[in-house]
Amino acid sequence: MEEELLEEILGSYRGDRGELVPILQEVQDNLGYLPEKIMLDIAKFIGVPESHVYSVASFYAQFRLLPLGRKRVAVCRGTACHIRGAPQILNTVEKTIGLKEGETSDDMEYTLETVACIGCCALAPCIRINKDVSGEMTPERAKEVLLSKDDGGQDVG
Amino acid sequence: MSDKQYTVHVCQGTGCVSGGSEKVFYSLKNEIEDSAFDHIHVKRTGCHGFCQQGPLIVIEPVGIDSQREGIFYTKVKTDDVSDIIQSILPKGKPLVRLLYKDPATDKPIPHYRDIPFYNKQERTILKHCGNIDPEDINEYLAVGGYKALRKAIFEMTPEGVISAVKSSGLRGLGGAGFPTGRKWEACRKAQGDGKYVICNADEGDPGAFQDRSVMEGNPHSVIEGMIIAAYAIGAGKGFIYVRAEYPLAVSRLKIAIEQARQEGLLGDNILDSDFSFDIEIFQGAGAFVCGESTALVRSIEGKRGMPKAMPRPRTTEEGLWNKPTLLNNVKTFANIPLIISNGSEWFSKRGTEKSKGTAVFSLTGKVVNCGLIEVPMGATLRKIIFDIGGGIPGGKALKAVQTGGPSGGCLPANMIDMPVDFDSLTKAGSIMGSGGMVVMDEDTCMVDVARYFLDFTQRESCGQCIPCRLGTVQMFKILDDITKGNGRPGDIDLLLELSEAIKRSSICGLGKTAPNPVLTTLRYFRDEYEAHIHEKRCPAGVCIGGKEIS
Repeated sequence: MEEELLEEILGSYRGDRGELVPILQEVQDNLGYLPEKIMLDIAKFIGVPESHVYSVASFYAQFRLLPLGRKRVAVCRGTACHIRGAPQILNTVEKTIGLKEGETSDDMEYTLETVACIGCCALAPCIRINKDVSGEMTPERAKEVLLSKDDGGQDVG
Repeated sequence: MSDKQYTVHVCQGTGCVSGGSEKVFYSLKNEIEDSAFDHIHVKRTGCHGFCQQGPLIVIEPVGIDSQREGIFYTKVKTDDVSDIIQSILPKGKPLVRLLYKDPATDKPIPHYRDIPFYNKQERTILKHCGNIDPEDINEYLAVGGYKALRKAIFEMTPEGVISAVKSSGLRGLGGAGFPTGRKWEACRKAQGDGKYVICNADEGDPGAFQDRSVMEGNPHSVIEGMIIAAYAIGAGKGFIYVRAEYPLAVSRLKIAIEQARQEGLLGDNILDSDFSFDIEIFQGAGAFVCGESTALVRSIEGKRGMPKAMPRPRTTEEGLWNKPTLLNNVKTFANIPLIISNGSEWFSKRGTEKSKGTAVFSLTGKVVNCGLIEVPMGATLRKIIFDIGGGIPGGKALKAVQTGGPSGGCLPANMIDMPVDFDSLTKAGSIMGSGGMVVMDEDTCMVDVARYFLDFTQRESCGQCIPCRLGTVQMFKILDDITKGNGRPGDIDLLLELSEAIKRSSICGLGKTAPNPVLTTLRYFRDEYEAHIHEKRCPAGVCIGGKEIS
């Protein structure tokens, strides 16, 4: 299934070197992460060493080499969030879902990440679950948002 | 625009969307469509700037009715939709519960124009953010959009455009403040065909969102600026490099580019002239260092985003795919149509002797009115923080203002009357940066802030050069120890020594500016460091057994 999907994605690219990042982004958008086998195929398609694809995939914070949980929780670490209590929010989130930054729960329900800045600074502190941003967090509200059934899957566009 | 009597502008910036403004928009639209209220038009707009009060709605009458002009509603929920519609009907009255209340007097202020947050600003780049639909090119055209492009192509030579930009005094608004016209001229003169124009929209400074708001609120202004730049330097292809964290900006830009192509404003033979240019969007993949021009270029080339070491040719000589490349920030491009339409003199009327025009800031942190603001260069910090920002909440005292993100510094409260422009900020040890301005009060610990920024830079260092890769980690560890009560005598000297070495020997701007937050806090708040180190005490009560830190 993954192979078919890759073929479909690669169908709209020419195989130029400059297409590497967009291809990795599109694959990750569809699969949630970058499986090793897929990266090898992408290297062949573009005609670069496999190590080059890995070096790019591991350089950028956006790319994941492991599958993610259904709810991707990102706590914003931006400056405005920091001085308005982001460390306490991160702490609450860690305790509520029992994960540390970068970890995914065994049941694949949650992944906990931090993000440098969501750009919602006027509503600091913020967290993002999948694509939904929630602002003006308190530890209590963060708990509520985390445990709500809404999976935040809707695209903000 | 609409021939209906009332237009309800519903803000759809990221801040308001996170508060549910999308639901408010559709609910208003549906309710009005289902009824006979055909004198009301509902419109989606970009960021109004007062994000903290969102979701925001502004109601403008199209006819003359000064009583109802620019009624401003805050924190609107879908439950308010019916009442809002009632309020616009013939016998309706403004809804007092949704009006903005002056934090000092608690009195409601019904009109947009009377709210200090807005009426003390001078919005030129942001003028149409919040009153045009960013997903409809006709609205941009209706406010004079793309007239500057016509003027440039049909009435001006490329050299004439460059000379207009030069004499306006515009400086790059991405942070460094390099004169824009000179950069364009260098790129025009650079040998080689297949030149590129790149818009740097990799707004990576934490605490800054002004570029995002411009792209979300008025994407065509950026695109028009890029097309004019391409005409001036002789480029055929352009990229907008947007961070992946800004999905809404990406989707608005995509729509705008497509609409511009349909109108013959992008693509082959623009406006039937012999000038051709097209734009592609490239999404960044989450690396702060890619805001640096050579790293950004490498990233588009499908490589790790690592800056090129000095000495190296300028990007204007040898940039993307080794071709001459013009890189400017979002707001720099957004200024171009204004300069071409209104003239260089109009632009240079605002600002100070060496910093012309306006500055857009994301005003956040411990300040009453958080949001996006625009003021002439040279406005004082006092005007920004107290007149527009409404001061510090909870009766607390101002302690410091941080500008320039991780490359900038913290200025103390006694510098509040300092004018904000490129040169004054640099002299004070900070930088203008891309426009983040984070206000800090007496409960903010300056050592913790320095630690915070070094934590950021040591994570974001690309790892290529040793001073930055290892030096920032060492600085972070020392600061971390100090905030945990494990500081040692001599730590301050060690921080100063490391700062000097990292500034002098890093290969790119990230490393060269990384020590700034530490240097400025040491310069202005050294006593706080000493209290942590010698007395094991955090004066602000944040570190060492104060509030828990991560």
